[in-house]
Amino acid sequence: MRKLALSDEILLTVDKPARYIGNETNMVIKDTQKVDVRFAMCFPDVYEIGMSHLGIQILYDMFNQREDTYCERVYSPWPDLDKIMREQNIPLFALESQEPIKCFDFLGITLQYEMCYTNILQVLELGQIPIYAKDRTEEDPIVIGGGPCSYNPEPIADFFDMFYIGEGETAYSELIDIYKVMKKEGKNREEILETIADKVPGIYVPKFYDAEYNEDGTLKSFEPNNAFAKKKIMKQVQMDMANTFYPEKPLVSYIKLTQDRVVLEIQRGCIRGCRFCQAGMLYRPIRPRDINFLKETARKMLQSTGHEEISLSSLSSSDYNELQELVYFLIDEFRTKGVNISLPSLRIDAFALDVMSKVQDVKKSSLTFAPEAGSQRLRDVINKGLTEEVILKGAMDAFQSGWNRVKLYFMLGLPTETNEDIEGIAILSDKIAREYYTIPKDQRNGKVSIVSSTSFFVPKPFTPFQWARMCTSEEFLEKQRFLNGKMKEQLNQKSIKYNWHEAELTQLEGVLARGDRKLSKVIYDVYKAGCMFDSWSEFFKYDEWVKAFEENGIDPLFYTSREREEEELFPWDFIDIGVSKKFLWKEYQTGKNETVTPNCRQKCAGCGAAVFGGGVCFEGKN
Amino acid sequence: MKARIKFSKTGSMKFIGHLDVMRYFQKAIRRSGIDVAYSQGFNPHQLISFAAPLGVGLTSDGEYMDMQLVSTFSSKETVERLNAAMNDEIRVKSFVELEEGSKNAMSIVAAADYCISVKDGYEFPDNYQQLFETFLAQNEIIMKKKTKKSEKEMDIRPYIYEYAFSAKEFSEKIGGTADDSAAQKYENGKKIYFQITTGSVVNIKPELILEAFCLYADIPFEKFAYQIHRMEVYADLNADTKVSEEDYGKNRNLVTLESFGHEIEG
Repeated sequence: MRKLALSDEILLTVDKPARYIGNETNMVIKDTQKVDVRFAMCFPDVYEIGMSHLGIQILYDMFNQREDTYCERVYSPWPDLDKIMREQNIPLFALESQEPIKCFDFLGITLQYEMCYTNILQVLELGQIPIYAKDRTEEDPIVIGGGPCSYNPEPIADFFDMFYIGEGETAYSELIDIYKVMKKEGKNREEILETIADKVPGIYVPKFYDAEYNEDGTLKSFEPNNAFAKKKIMKQVQMDMANTFYPEKPLVSYIKLTQDRVVLEIQRGCIRGCRFCQAGMLYRPIRPRDINFLKETARKMLQSTGHEEISLSSLSSSDYNELQELVYFLIDEFRTKGVNISLPSLRIDAFALDVMSKVQDVKKSSLTFAPEAGSQRLRDVINKGLTEEVILKGAMDAFQSGWNRVKLYFMLGLPTETNEDIEGIAILSDKIAREYYTIPKDQRNGKVSIVSSTSFFVPKPFTPFQWARMCTSEEFLEKQRFLNGKMKEQLNQKSIKYNWHEAELTQLEGVLARGDRKLSKVIYDVYKAGCMFDSWSEFFKYDEWVKAFEENGIDPLFYTSREREEEELFPWDFIDIGVSKKFLWKEYQTGKNETVTPNCRQKCAGCGAAVFGGGVCFEGKN
Repeated sequence: MKARIKFSKTGSMKFIGHLDVMRYFQKAIRRSGIDVAYSQGFNPHQLISFAAPLGVGLTSDGEYMDMQLVSTFSSKETVERLNAAMNDEIRVKSFVELEEGSKNAMSIVAAADYCISVKDGYEFPDNYQQLFETFLAQNEIIMKKKTKKSEKEMDIRPYIYEYAFSAKEFSEKIGGTADDSAAQKYENGKKIYFQITTGSVVNIKPELILEAFCLYADIPFEKFAYQIHRMEVYADLNADTKVSEEDYGKNRNLVTLESFGHEIEG
């Protein structure tokens, strides 16, 4: 029997012990004595969320294909176990071998959202690894960060030995090769960090850089202090999407996950260029995967997992050129075997309605639109190419086919937003209901149900809105109240339900998203004051954050509610994502002028991503 | 066609709850290529059902699951296919075809055999065997039994059918084979075997008997001190739905759930 890190007594006391025992279907088992490099891959949130993440499954598969490397997983222990581990001084362990992560060569932490930052400190502390990188010794693992938030790693720079900027498939192999050789040669930590910073593209070692600030708190300069450190870090992009890693045998958990299905990534990147969207800029250029590869992979993954659902993953599935062929293949091949097919991020059109009627119960399912803004004017500002006409037509077609539920997603607080734009959300919601009631009563399927949700807009690095001022909590709440009032004035208000988000969490997200190195002390202090699982409302302690800002003399509004100058040096400017700052600024101005920029397939906007030499930038050009 | 499998659940799988074990089987069945039948509708589900849920923390050598199949492989191949699709802590031990119209395992469960091992590091009297015998020699053993709605006092003594302190002795008493091969072994070697009522009419949990014994023998009842291992589950051929709770099982004729089916030859 496998030896577990936790005793029966502990496992039978905590909620969902399956989070901590490993041994899931398709778990990789290796002899730890026979590998050269041990890599702990961490998603700093609860197991059910971390296990749902495709990126980790890709990297887990990629690392473990190397015979000399054993990649294992680690997630944030839930607060019930966290407490026991502290009381009994149990070091955090990896699920596979159940051995402490402090004995590993690497601890890789994926950074998917800002509000997981305190959980990183939890993982380090429970792992008995010094929280600050500067306190780590030769005995400690090299702590490496990656994922979307590493595109502005500065607020957490002090806690990491290095960051990997970009897609993991390209440079990790080189990094492991170098590390393995140097470890055998007995080289020390400093030498290893220097060599990796020098030789491996995309690697950022925070301590090899100095940040200086102006009197007003803005960044004055950001320069390497080590001869091996590069001035600019180039984001890593996997350009060859046909010959690359994809997990044919993904892990299957015992307990139900947030995403409990086969995930098929059909393409990476997006052609749309929505000006608020960070992923849309970070992952340029769009790179579709080969359809035959996808068909074959879908078959293999369903076979190896036994999942009863497959979901297509991409930023905008409708932009995959061979989507129809792929979807009808999946339906024909697997539907009779009881496999559900889920298609998020699909534009509502005749094809989508046909597919949905085949794979869903029309009576129970709903249509989803994400207009993001309530007026055409504001949709032009944010470059969301969805028109009212298209929404109404899609909804009407769906109503005539029997649907009667619609979900709408909007953002409040977008740049240039006026009360008229906000009211537009209520009016659009109502217009969709009115469309429904134009259908003769005897042909309708009962009442229509419209659910409109708003989130608050957070400007993110590497978007055209990275210069923009973010609303304060008070402004957000005022907008929300205003919209709620307008919703109540609508003719069909009884058919419309309005959902909204919390403003306080959004404020913090805004601070951390465009933060700098001065924030790491705040994160450290709130963690020490008991904050973790901040993205879970039952654990979120806003007051502790407010207190820590005050005690550290930091004004959070400096990071959020400040319109930045064109020339301002941003903490993330040392990263080169291909898309140029000049392009982003131009897009910001074009947006403010309410002008739409065509998508990548319509017309190249010259964003700079062509530097990677492939994808949509070269479609149709041999 | 209907079929029944018997399986063991050991090691770290004891931390996986009943509903998750069911999910585990659903996915394993898909991986194994077994031609299970599905329900109709937009969200078809496999037609499978379990005999008696096993609590979290318990291990077993005698779990049962019924399944509706469209077509089938031989018993041998089905067992091999399922085991190839599962980890080594859940093992399918047999696969038998049931007669058409057979009752579901869940509806006929009447009794079960358990092996209780004292975990190392916990106090348990050396003369526990003698104490357990005098405990069972009582005319009645009154315990509070909690149900979903209420809590009532009942005499649990009639529902303890057999007991022993070794697998060999227990096998002789029940006239069968006490299989505790998948049970975890502990150095102290203190074990109690018993056969008790279980199922939908009267359900006695093994924990309740342990608690009653501890109360009787003046041993502090620690819920983590015992590893409970289920060995077999039975139906009662003389089952009488009209019988009173007090007389339940008195006129029993127990047979294993496995005995209802027959092997499918290759």
